[in-house]
This record gives sequence, C-alpha cells and structure tokens, in this order.
Amino acid sequence: MSSDDRIRAGRLARSEIDENFADLHPPLSRSEALIEADRCYFCYDAPCTTACPTGIDIPAFIQKIRSDNIRGSAHTILRENIMGGMCARVCPTEILCEEACVRNTHEEKPVEIGLLQRYATDPILETGTQLFERAPSSGKKVAVVGGGPAGLSCAHRLSMLGHDIVIFNRDAKAGGLNEYGIAAYKTVNDFAQKEIDYILAIGGIELKNASPLAAEDGLAMLCKKFDAVFVGIGLADSNELGIDGEDLDGVENAIEYIATLRQAEDKSTLPVGRNVVVIGGGMTAIDVAVQSKRLGAENVHMVYRRGPEQMSASVFEQALAQTSGVRIHYHASPRRIVGNGHVTAVEFAEGLKLDADIVFKAIGQKLNADGYGALEQETGRIKVDGHHRTSMPGVWAGGDCVAGGEDLTVSAVQHGKIAAIDIDRALRKN
Amino acid sequence: MADLKTTFLGIASPNPFWLASAPPTDKAYNVNRAFEAGWGGAVWKTLGEDPHIVNVSGPRYSALHSNDRRVIGFNNIELITDRPLKTNLDELRQVKKDWPDRALIASVMLPMNEQSWAKYIPMIEDTGVDGFELNFGCPHGMSERGMGAAVGQVPEYIQMATEWAKAAASVPVIVKLTPNITNILPPARAAQDGGADAVSLINTINSIMRVDYDSLTMYPTTDGLGTHGGYCGEAVKPIALNMVAEIARTRETAKLPISGIGGITDWRDAVDFLALGASNVQVCTAAMVYGFKIIDDLVDGLSNFLDDKAIRLDQLIGKAVPSVTDWQHLNLNYVEKAVIDQDLCIQCGRCHVVCEDTSHQAITDTVNGERRFEVIDDECVGCNLCVSVCPVDGCISMQQLTAGIDPRTGAEITAEKLQWTEHPNNPMRKTETS
Repeated sequence: MSSDDRIRAGRLARSEIDENFADLHPPLSRSEALIEADRCYFCYDAPCTTACPTGIDIPAFIQKIRSDNIRGSAHTILRENIMGGMCARVCPTEILCEEACVRNTHEEKPVEIGLLQRYATDPILETGTQLFERAPSSGKKVAVVGGGPAGLSCAHRLSMLGHDIVIFNRDAKAGGLNEYGIAAYKTVNDFAQKEIDYILAIGGIELKNASPLAAEDGLAMLCKKFDAVFVGIGLADSNELGIDGEDLDGVENAIEYIATLRQAEDKSTLPVGRNVVVIGGGMTAIDVAVQSKRLGAENVHMVYRRGPEQMSASVFEQALAQTSGVRIHYHASPRRIVGNGHVTAVEFAEGLKLDADIVFKAIGQKLNADGYGALEQETGRIKVDGHHRTSMPGVWAGGDCVAGGEDLTVSAVQHGKIAAIDIDRALRKN
Repeated sequence: MADLKTTFLGIASPNPFWLASAPPTDKAYNVNRAFEAGWGGAVWKTLGEDPHIVNVSGPRYSALHSNDRRVIGFNNIELITDRPLKTNLDELRQVKKDWPDRALIASVMLPMNEQSWAKYIPMIEDTGVDGFELNFGCPHGMSERGMGAAVGQVPEYIQMATEWAKAAASVPVIVKLTPNITNILPPARAAQDGGADAVSLINTINSIMRVDYDSLTMYPTTDGLGTHGGYCGEAVKPIALNMVAEIARTRETAKLPISGIGGITDWRDAVDFLALGASNVQVCTAAMVYGFKIIDDLVDGLSNFLDDKAIRLDQLIGKAVPSVTDWQHLNLNYVEKAVIDQDLCIQCGRCHVVCEDTSHQAITDTVNGERRFEVIDDECVGCNLCVSVCPVDGCISMQQLTAGIDPRTGAEITAEKLQWTEHPNNPMRKTETS
C-alpha cells in the first residue's frame, strides 16, 4: 500500500466536515443568557474574578447582562482583557473562573461564564463599537515584537495610554496561536482576525506583518529607534522526541499541521491519515487528535507518557477527545518510530505498538532565542519580573516566551497589559 | 386527604378556593372550565348598569417579570363586564343550575344612588346566585366615574351603599375593599356598620408598570397614552396579608368574616391568608398566568399540609392572628444572633458584603487569612438580613441567646419581658405611679 492511499484528502464530504468544524459551543440566545445570568449570585470578592488571570469583574459583567446593558457588560470585560471575545471561546474556563464558581459547591453546575462573556462581547465586535479612547499623545514610540495575544494586548493598552506602537509580526497574519493554533471549531468565522481589526481600530498601532526581527542586531536596533520594546514572540520551536525514526516521512509537528488546517479555505482538501498517532498530553495534542478525527481519520490514538491527572489538557478537553472518537492511552512512552521511508507504526516502551500513517508530535514548544541572547533566561524562557521587565533596560516581555506563565491566551493578554502599564510608567518618568 | 369543604356565610363550596371577580370569570365558558378543573367557587366578573361599559381594544395587561420571565407582578386596566346585563344574567342562571355544589357570587358595581341598587340587586339575585360581592375596589376607570375605589376610599360611602345592597338582597353581601387607602380599618368598620356579612380584600393597587425605553412613554399605552392600572400578583401578597391581619386582630372587626385575596399562587400563600384570619381565599392572577390547572396544587398542597399538621381547615383559620401585634409590644429583652452553618456555606460572601455595606459589620470575610464568613456576635443585632439574602436555604439561621451576656450590649440575658411601653428610654412609658 502506498503512502498516497494511506494519507489522502476528502475522506469525508465537505458538508460533513463543515458540520464537524462548526462552533463547539454555539452562542447563547438572549433568553438563554438572561436565565443563565440570573444564576450568578453576585458574590462578594468573587472567586471567579480571582481565578481569572486578567481579573475581569465577572459578577459585574453578568449583572449588566441581566439588565440588558450589553455595552457596559462588554466594557467591563474588555477593559481588563481586550481579547475577552477570544478568551470566551478558548479559555479552559473549567479550570479557571468556572471552577471557582460557588455554584459548584451548591449544585455542581457553575454559571456558564465563558458563554456569557461571549454573549456580551460578540455584539460589540460585530458592530465595531469602540469602547476605548486614546489618551492625549505622549509622543513616545514603542516597538512590539510578535503579533500574538501578548503583543496585541500590550499594543492596545499602550495606545489607550497615549503612546504610538509598531508591531513587528513574523507571520503573514497577526494573532499568533489565535490565528494559527487552537482548534478550528473553537473559533469559527475568522473570529481571530475580526478581533484584531477591533483592537487595531483604536488607532495608534502600526501592524507590520511578515516582519521577523533580524537575528543579528534586531533587538539592539529597536532599542535605539524606540522608547521601549515589548517582546512577545511565543515559542517558535517544537520539542523533539529524540528517538529513532523521528525523521521518517509522515512524522510531523502537530502545531504546523494545525496552522495549515486553520488557514485552509476548504478543509476537505487537507490530507488526512487513516491511522493517526498523536504523542503528547496538552491542548495541542487534543486539538490535533480531535481535528484529525473530524477530518475523517479512521483511527486516532493519543498517547501520553503519564496519567490523566498529569495531563495539561483539562478533564473537559480529554472528554471532548474521547467523545469525538479519539482513543487515549496513558502511561506509554514512545520508544521507536518504524517505517521504510514513510512511517508505518510507533512502538512504545510498554509493549504497545500502534499502526500509523501519520505521527503528530505534540510534546510542547520551546523558545527560539535567536536574536534575544542578550535577555537573561530562566527554565529555557525569557526571565521577567513582576512588571514583565526583562534583564535588559527598556525591554519588557510576555506571553508564552517568558518563564512562569501558564501558556494560555488569557495569561498572555494579562502579561501584555501589565507590561504596558509598566512601560507607560517608565516612559512618563523620563 | 384532609376535608377542604368550606362554608362561608352559609355558602358551601368543595374547597376554599374561589376565582376572584376578574377576567377569568367573565362568562360561562370560562367559569365552566374553572369548575371542571375543580375550583370551589367563582365571583362573577363585576356586573354594572345597562348600557354596559366598553373596554379598550389595546393592551389591558402588563407584567413585572423575573429574568426568566416568571410573572412576579401584574397590572390591568380592564373595566367591569363589557357585555349586556341580560347575557350575564342568563349565563349566571345556567351556570348555577349546572354547578349547584359550587359557590357562585355576583360582583356588582352601581352608582351611588339607592334606586340603582333597589332595581338591579333583586334582578341579579333572581338568577340564583349564592351571594353578592360589592366592588368598592377597582382603582382604574370606574373610579373616575365615582364608583369602585372612589367608593371604597370613603368609609361613609361604603356604609351607605352597603346598606342599600343589604336592603335589596336576601343572600349574603360581601364588601370588597380597596388597598388604596392609608388604613384598612375605617373601610372595614364602615362595611360592618352598613351590615356587610363579610369583607374581601385586597383589590388591586394603583400602578404604572414602567416606561417604554425606546419611546420614553409609559408602558403600555393605548394609541400613545396610558393610564394607571391595578397591581396584583405575587408581589402584592405581603400588603394584602397585613390588611387581612389588621382586620382580624382588631377587636371591633375581629368577628367580620374575611375572604382573602392578593397574589395567591400556591397552597402556601393560601395558608398565609387563612392563618392570618381569612376564612376562604380568592385567586385571579395565578390563573391568568398559568391557567385553571393550578387548582390542583392549591387543593392538594393545602390538604397534605393539613394532614401533616394534623389539623382541620377550620382550626387553621386565624391560627396566626394572636402572633400579630403592635411594635410597642415586642419583647426588647429578647436576643437572637445569626449563625452560619459552615458545612452549607458556599462562600458567596453576600452576607458579609450586605452586612458590611448596609448593616452592622457583623460578618467576617476572612478568618486567619482564609476566606470565611462568620458572625461577630459583638456586632450582630439579629436583624435577619443575612438570612434573607443567603442563596442557600437553611445555611444561616437565627438562634436565640437564652443565658449569659449579649456581647453586643453587655446586658444580661433575661427571661423577663420588656416592652417599649415600659422601657426606661421611653419618655411616655407607663409607670406604676402614672
């Protein structure tokens, strides 16, 4: 059997694929939202707010939904988290705000905070209603490297504070993992770009796409030309398994396949293996496994070297994979990838052997520090303090590229916000 | 199953639940459906003089909703019957014939002249109705014409019209009172003085529901203009209960039978009215919101409650009246403190914030650095606010201090009662020498 038979496009009809990639959590209708909002107890010093990395005043925004004050509700959300729309879709709320909801103690069913947040923010983004104004110009210019959530959040806050920003973005489109990562069914209808349009509409932000920083003296040049620099470059490199057969055809980085999938006009044209093996236990592993299944792969196995409790993918995500038909194997470490030019199977230390037409590596990303050698690192990422200052004066950093983060969109947004506030403080001192 | 058979003013009905005079009792079709569903009686929608009045053909009703659109309060501007008197009389006669075991009462509203009452009361009684209810309560439209609440707001008019009705009627006469007054006792006494066999209350309360947020006109309107209506439904029950209890606990009116009305939605509401002195109850809004089927829970729930309590219906009536008194007779030596059951607490913190912001700063938010809500007895005045706002039933309770010192006041707890009338801070206190 040639590899062409084993890996081919169009395993499912386009209509089936469209259905498989529809919105995972369809938006709430007004009636649903009002009833759900009524379930919020309006807690004092609300645990959900404490659990939100961006500190959104959740009871306040829900209260405003109850009174049909949608613009006020969206403002309450977006003033803390300008990507409140995306976070409403992709946040693992079950381990953040919704886990903290006191309704869990009462009836084991939290308020659907994520869906309510989407209900409040969608109309504002759809109509492009600007809720934020720029402060009078400070005359200061800030460079932001990286057009992902951290960079965009930083840029927006800096613009609000009166500074001018240039974003240097490596990719053809901004958004980072919002645009190139994350399962397609979590963010349908080109939402990532719509959100970026909204963020940029405040003004004062120049977005330069396809503009990677020169590795040689890029950072130094920026420091000379700008009053401050924010680095939000994410984790560009994928970790290696370091086992035999890793260089066989058909062994791919999950993150690259997801990027291709996210950019595909017609998903039925994407080649899919019949037997897919995913190695890893994080969100990316889940996303590539579920999407492979939804593209029509017959057998999708997700293999993780430790148990379900250690998986960084939440219980909800694991259940989503299983109900989508993905088989999850725990406590199995890959020993060898087998094949003759093209992969045919993966062998695991525990004796498990799985046929494979495609093997996706989803064992995490790492920092590509080329050009950032001047910034001190910690645990393989850029070291920052509580204000997101790096070791280099005038340079701040945030998002996945910094040490100590949670690798979540919502955390990246918070990093960008904190850095922007500190940059503003620094620039106004001078 | 406890026996719910009721005799009110000698009028028998299989249960104490009558439909109030209102849209649900507008005509034979509705009343037949109600009786089929099991209602004990019906007060026919108010009859007036011929020619009949007309109603608006725009919105007559509007509601105060919860977020899931449960109707909490209800408003109407419908007037009395807008059908010819003869039609109503023919239907009354037939319905009474078809349902001899149900109570059928004719509500009437007539102008303030004796001839009208002398003319219409016998004509209506001839249909075989079991009694009359005089509508001195309707607060909209008819009151502008000197009837309804316009009568009910002047005790002398109540007495006069009641006397006219009693002179013309041989069946019992109930006087329906308006709550749009400052004190329910003078109207009740006037009805009694006029010879009324009973009073029924409350009728609806003057109300405007809201404005339309687009047009910034009142809502609803008829061709751009609106008028106040009568407010009813669950939201008015506490107002009604107070008025019923006032009549039941006042010596001069205590013997006057009461038909209780106002927001009765489930059987517990009926228990409230009966225990506070009503001998039967009337329902309208709940039927208009859910249909006649609610009678099932009303009957079943009340019956089960009486079984559980092992008391008869007649023993329930007025049972709570002795517990209602004036503020000045409350025992000022009695002390309660709130107690939070930490096993039930879900940590929402509402008790803390409302006590902190609006009351006595008597509930912690942190204990030893942990989020924890505990009552500070040194500050707790026993106000019951925390109990009222706690979303968990039974989590916070009030517990009496029976011995020792109240840490808030430093006063020793005593079994001796102290009323305001004797309190040392009361300059008007009764002393032995005075």
